[in-house]
Amino acid sequence: MNAAELHWLLYGGAIGLIVIGAAGIVMGKHLFRIILALAIAEAGANLMLVVAGLRPDAVAPIITGGIIPEQMVDPVPQAMVLTAIVIGVGIQALALSLAIRVYKAYGTLDMREIRLKMAADIDAAAGVDDEVSQESPVGERPLELPDGVTTGGAGQ
Amino acid sequence: MRNLTSLLFAAGLAFFLLVIAARFDLGAAPMLIGNAILQEAPEQTGAANIVTSVVLGYRGIDTLGEIAILFTASLAAGLVLGRRRPEAARDADSGAVLQISAQLLFPLLLVVGFYIILHGHLTPGGGFQGGVILAAAFFLPLLARPGTSVNHAGLSLVEGLAGAGFILIGLLALFQGKAFLEPLLDKGTLGTLVSAGTLPLLYLAVGLKVGAELAGLLANLADSEVDQ
Repeated sequence: MNAAELHWLLYGGAIGLIVIGAAGIVMGKHLFRIILALAIAEAGANLMLVVAGLRPDAVAPIITGGIIPEQMVDPVPQAMVLTAIVIGVGIQALALSLAIRVYKAYGTLDMREIRLKMAADIDAAAGVDDEVSQESPVGERPLELPDGVTTGGAGQ
Repeated sequence: MRNLTSLLFAAGLAFFLLVIAARFDLGAAPMLIGNAILQEAPEQTGAANIVTSVVLGYRGIDTLGEIAILFTASLAAGLVLGRRRPEAARDADSGAVLQISAQLLFPLLLVVGFYIILHGHLTPGGGFQGGVILAAAFFLPLLARPGTSVNHAGLSLVEGLAGAGFILIGLLALFQGKAFLEPLLDKGTLGTLVSAGTLPLLYLAVGLKVGAELAGLLANLADSEVDQ
């Protein structure tokens, strides 16, 4: 395998993971799967950072037995990924605890149901009757016009 | 329609990242600092693991910030989950195999965790990795017997002392007229356990803090009550 193939294989893998994760986040219907997609996207981003510091024929930047290796990979992206992994764990734990709260409040993790129930909650908190909110006005369409008003008056 | 826009977004993201990737040559990293660090780190910090030199020696303040982020995330998770009602139902204890293996694994995980923390400046590993193993050691009994009580006060104490120790080592350097968190003490011989000055102490503080924090966080998550 030559260098260009390896380059596109590694970057392609990392970018593929990021895109799969991002697509999962925006298209996901289930809250837990959205959190898993976030973890996949994180893994892709970490892999991309590590690949950015990679050198062919290089070893890990650790000196063993007092011999300094000739070629070592870039240590800076590795240190940053070390940081990112730990922060990722914290974010996932926080996301999971928020998901637990959502499940306690609405009894489901399905995003479509959660959206409906949240909209109903917001309507109730604002004192708006569900039926006459801006999203779904009451009554049949077209509305009956009051006396003396004709349609399309403004345009003619 | 929503799926179409989502797919368009994903495709755009892929294109954007591919354009970035195409500008990099594999092996010729665009970052120049890596080479300088590789050449000078062993003499400057005395740590055989150059990643540790970067994490604690050159980017110590970033590591402090990262610990702060982890602390904030764990604090927020604890706040969101809230306190458990004492009468809330718990999962049943697991079988004998899991309970006994949890007891067997506990000391082994402790030893491995501390080994990885204390050898962070010599071999792959360090405070973050070892801390996660320590957290796993304290979380295993909780998985085996969900009713096990967790000493949250002790965990908070260890966490607070470790965090304070990290900052204290940084301030000591400041009082000696050096930069905040600049490595102190004798560098010793490269590759021995007692070397690299204060870096192993800093990693010990990081490891204890991460371990206590994650153990508390996992215990909170496992303890959260959900009406069945």
